[in-house]
Amino acid sequence: MKIPGLSRTLSVLATLFGISIFVFLVLRVIPGDSITGAFGIETGALTPGQIAELRVYYGIDQSLLLQYISWIHSFLTGKLGFAYSTGVSVATLTKSSLPVTIELAIIGTVLGVVLGIAIGMFSAKKPGSTRDFAGQLFGLLALAIPGFVLSTGIVTVMANKFHYFPNGYEYMTPWENPWMNFQQMMFPGLVLGIAVAAPVMRTTRSALLETVDKDFVRTAHGKGVPNNKVQYRHVLRNSLIPIVTMTGIQFGYLLGGAVIVEKIFALPGMGRQILDAIMKREYATVQSSIMVFAIMFVLINVATDVIYRKIDPRIKK
Amino acid sequence: MTQPLLLSVKDLGISTVQDPRTLVNQVSFDIGLGEAVGVVGESGSGKTLSALSILGLLPRGVEVVSGSVTFKDKNLLTLNNEELRKIRGNEIAMIYQDPMTALNPVMKLGKQLLEVIASHGGINESSQNQVRALLSEVGIPDVNRAMESYPHEFSGGMRQRIMIAMALLLSPQLLIADEPTTALDVTIQQQILALVSEARKKRNMSMLWITHDLGVVANLVDRLNVMYAGRIVESGTVEEIFRKPKHPYTAGLLSSLPTSTGTNRERLTSISGVPEKPWLVGNSCGFAARCSRAQARCHSEVPPTVITDNSSVACFFPLGGN
Repeated sequence: MKIPGLSRTLSVLATLFGISIFVFLVLRVIPGDSITGAFGIETGALTPGQIAELRVYYGIDQSLLLQYISWIHSFLTGKLGFAYSTGVSVATLTKSSLPVTIELAIIGTVLGVVLGIAIGMFSAKKPGSTRDFAGQLFGLLALAIPGFVLSTGIVTVMANKFHYFPNGYEYMTPWENPWMNFQQMMFPGLVLGIAVAAPVMRTTRSALLETVDKDFVRTAHGKGVPNNKVQYRHVLRNSLIPIVTMTGIQFGYLLGGAVIVEKIFALPGMGRQILDAIMKREYATVQSSIMVFAIMFVLINVATDVIYRKIDPRIKK
Repeated sequence: MTQPLLLSVKDLGISTVQDPRTLVNQVSFDIGLGEAVGVVGESGSGKTLSALSILGLLPRGVEVVSGSVTFKDKNLLTLNNEELRKIRGNEIAMIYQDPMTALNPVMKLGKQLLEVIASHGGINESSQNQVRALLSEVGIPDVNRAMESYPHEFSGGMRQRIMIAMALLLSPQLLIADEPTTALDVTIQQQILALVSEARKKRNMSMLWITHDLGVVANLVDRLNVMYAGRIVESGTVEEIFRKPKHPYTAGLLSSLPTSTGTNRERLTSISGVPEKPWLVGNSCGFAARCSRAQARCHSEVPPTVITDNSSVACFFPLGGN
């Protein structure tokens, strides 16, 4: 008997299991632990007895296997572990930080895809022309300038020169204050959007240029189909597979970029949560937050597969 | 020529855009109303480019540099995009060499066929039936299922039938066929030839058939043009050309054909050498280097096209004399 999606589900679970072990081990390999994370240089003033007590308190006196099992248990039961510095469960932290990152990711992806496809089409219309050069220049610059440089640049110019820095105020959710939320999300969204747009633009351009010389495009022209319909229905439609692939891959980078961008723009999202937790060696917080990112990335990959099937009938159901 | 003219190609020249290289030179031929005309030539002789230029479908980097293509009093080469678009698929339709790649792989066939009607006047309630009728005419078994299918669900022969249905949908006056049977195996080839022949007679449609295979056109067309290195070297009725070829190249082509009546064991003759590149011909007969009849003059002058009655030949020393 064949259960649809079974092998896919198993491979997803295996991937997540692998990631959980990797993250767990990497955190313990880096120097320092929860105690040095919490006490800093004052750790040196602690007596061996105090350290032993603290090790029990943080749960790091247990064997690695037991620590792993207790974290996974907490993760699977939905508490995601305990964040010592704030005294609440990681689930509570994530409940408020995840929506921020998801909003940022959606803005970044939508902006990146729309901008990327538009500039890619603009460029591919006349390869080798000035407009193509302009489009490609955008692509190269956007690829070459790191997100943290662009972010710091924006912060410097907007805050110092124009005294406009909405992120200096307390963060507002779209439900509390949509206008404020928009202002706070606008710049970080743009930074991530540009980062996504560059590779999407380059993929769109090359996919379009490859498709436009295909026989079926000539057939469409030969049928008397108006040129703009040929471009959308035949050329763009057939170029979508590589564009979707590239967008899916970029989503992963976008989550990574969110860590830096959230920190610079003072957004209380998952990225900042991870960064702060790494500094304090909050093992459970880092592990669970990264698992949440991993799950998001895996889900995006499943979604891309579903979209493939929608746009190309030749891919087996 | 008895029929009134439908299409007249005059002195057509095609060349590459960058680093101009002549690909087609001074090509002229006529197609009468209801007439079927063949263009025969080897790969690279310019036959496909000549056909594509009629509808302005030349690939990027190649352009028409001289001549005219007159279709019912209109010079197709001077029409703007929109005027030309209205003729494409409507008054002049085309079928192509490779049916495996000529259809959009991600669009349902019914939609691809309806798109022709939609592009010329729009779809109404009868459009679906119009498409179904044509699909059955070309021999597609389950028409309703075919309309909901994608190209990859069909074999090459079936896809070429669908391409033919697509071309015939609006009953064009001229059908341009660019080697539509080359990619198919021989039995399917015969079926497609019979299908096109019948459809043409039924509609009194004119046809331009491009091929490298003299055997294919023998029973299909009325007149034949033989192309070599970007030029038409001989033209005439099929009977004349098969019975009394004048150009040495045509004669060479014919003697390389296997005959069904020939006694076995005979070796087929071949023309020695390789075809000359059209842009390297310059001031000579393109065939001179491979021709057994060539003399000094053939290497230094372009032989003019000599027209007699219904035929023409571009050769200084034609077979059977001038």
